[in-house]
Amino acid sequence: MVRLFGPLVGLFFAVALLWSFGVGAIQAIREPEPTTAVQEFHLAPKEPEPGFSFNGPFGKFNQAQLQRGFQVYKEVCSNCHSLHFVAFRDLAALGYTEAEVKAIAKEWGTKAKVQDPKTGDETERDNVPADHFPKVYYAGTGNPPDLSLVTKARHEGPEYVYSLLTGYQEQPAELLKKYPDAKTPDGLYYNPYFANLNIAMPAPLADDQVTYGDGTKATKEQMAADVAAFLTWTAEPKMEKRKQTGWAVLGFLLAATALAYLAKRNVWSKVH
Amino acid sequence: MSFPWAKEYKPSHPLMQWLDEKLPLPRFVYNAVGAGYPVPRNLNYFWNFGILAGVCLMLQIVTGVVLAMHYAANSGVAFDSVEHIMRDVNWGWMLRYAHANGASAFFVVVYIHIFRGFFFSSYKAPREMIWLLGVTIFLLMMATAFMGYVLPWGQMSFWGAKVITGLFSAIPVVGEPLQQWLLGGFAPDNAALNRFFSLHFLLPFVILGVVILHIWALHIPGSSNPTGVEVKTESDTVPFHPYYTAKDGFGLGVFAILYCTMLFFLPNALGHPDNYIQANPLSTPAHIVPEWYFWPFYAILRAFTADFLFIPAKLMGVLAMFSAILVWFFLPWLDTSPVRSGHYRPLFRKFFYLLVIDVLVLGYCGGSPAETKYVLISQIAATYYFLHFLVILPIVASIEKPAPLPFSITEAVLGKDDQTAPAA
Repeated sequence: MVRLFGPLVGLFFAVALLWSFGVGAIQAIREPEPTTAVQEFHLAPKEPEPGFSFNGPFGKFNQAQLQRGFQVYKEVCSNCHSLHFVAFRDLAALGYTEAEVKAIAKEWGTKAKVQDPKTGDETERDNVPADHFPKVYYAGTGNPPDLSLVTKARHEGPEYVYSLLTGYQEQPAELLKKYPDAKTPDGLYYNPYFANLNIAMPAPLADDQVTYGDGTKATKEQMAADVAAFLTWTAEPKMEKRKQTGWAVLGFLLAATALAYLAKRNVWSKVH
Repeated sequence: MSFPWAKEYKPSHPLMQWLDEKLPLPRFVYNAVGAGYPVPRNLNYFWNFGILAGVCLMLQIVTGVVLAMHYAANSGVAFDSVEHIMRDVNWGWMLRYAHANGASAFFVVVYIHIFRGFFFSSYKAPREMIWLLGVTIFLLMMATAFMGYVLPWGQMSFWGAKVITGLFSAIPVVGEPLQQWLLGGFAPDNAALNRFFSLHFLLPFVILGVVILHIWALHIPGSSNPTGVEVKTESDTVPFHPYYTAKDGFGLGVFAILYCTMLFFLPNALGHPDNYIQANPLSTPAHIVPEWYFWPFYAILRAFTADFLFIPAKLMGVLAMFSAILVWFFLPWLDTSPVRSGHYRPLFRKFFYLLVIDVLVLGYCGGSPAETKYVLISQIAATYYFLHFLVILPIVASIEKPAPLPFSITEAVLGKDDQTAPAA
């Protein structure tokens, strides 16, 4: 039975597939899919010079850079973007002392909201280290994503953030000539690193927009790399511990596996 | 059953003798994976992957049970609870990465285990039941993995659940109500998330049960081997312990090195970035793709783009995708060649390697966006897939002239066997 019906079922699927293939191939020859502006002009993210310190199996965060990145987030990004999964207490990992963390929380512009359980009235209080960064409400064009996980939520996340922040430019004349319909609509901005080339966020960074405490010159590229590093930390705060643990585990496993190999060779030497 | 020369368990310590009378658990272990289980002496490293699959299952159960202590299966907080595990639970990041990459490792190991079965025709008599149970385990694994991927409640979780449960809507007449019944709503939401969590916790234990049957069935005829020649005498076998415990120990070490490299240095390489965005029913991702281990089957699903004989393309795709796995159930009766091992089947071997390439091509297309070129390639690849199992294997079995087989395993290993007739 199996040998009778098996081939029939196989031929049924094969013919159906070849039919689909034929229909699709004829369609593709008659009306080839037109190329789009996105296919032609979208760019893959690029790394800043001289590369991120945290990449690679030995990569580590640079605390000074994380602090600078946090400053950029605080002074620029946090006007529109939330940082839902990060708590003020987490900032201790950036090298801030307990008192500094307390001060950062206390002085944070958006206050924590508390509801009086008896009256239901909502009041505000200063943030404390245990609080997460308060939600940022935004009513303008577009939909600013929460940034806590953004570097893990995009392909090549840190490079993407850096490229996006430094990638604003005039729409190329070549693009407009070839794809007149793809002209950037009013209220959006052309950025070849953004998925559909037109982003609602205006270019957020300009040279010297912030003044770094450590004297680093605040070029656009410097600020973009710093905030990309900071957002890599917010997305993966346990990265250094993970790699550190990994090396210890691999060291143990290599030794154990070498012993296991010798044991195996020893046991089998009697029968080979 | 075992071979007559299998060693018998003889406890020397009075406590073990007492235990052997009341509950012979040590005897059971001794006969299952100890010196009491004679195994062909010529097993190569492809025979390590059964044990490795068992290790992966235990790893997933242990990490999964602990993760479940911290996870909250509610669509309002599921995503946040996963981030809570990643940030605030002690070693939570390691547990979650171990579990997510453990699923991938499990599938890598099981795919190699299955393809070893294809090459050495491990499904042939007297081992059909082992094979049938194995395919059942694979189906259960796919269901478990799919539901597990929904739990973090990211964008791919949500949209993957929507696409896969949408497959049921292709069934005529009852499709739509069936899909709504399965989801407990019109789209994946809290009801679906809760039942997926419940089933994701249950199914691994069902898998464990079927694994026990799989190993039980294995111990009746004993392990197959790379020559495909059955065990004849004691010199063809070695006791499982210490020979294969030692060999499996080394294999396990190599596996653990590769797995831990992924876990600690590339933990997100096999996941999709969109799953770090919370599920949003109002925003469809640009490309909805399942996890890599479903790509070949996803490519088959998408390969049907035109209605055929009044059957809607979508229904054809769903039928084909399920048939692509169900066809494995019939392998013992489709491949009728009396020779088991691909080493002695020159024609079969060529088609086997073609199948490996074919499945890799299907996987590549399944992971790519649904552009015309990928769809066209996957249509050809899927055609070969079905022809291979249902048409080519039966024909090859009847026309192929196999190479001469060794007289015994001993002869294959040592070049001679004292049992061979003098004339030979």
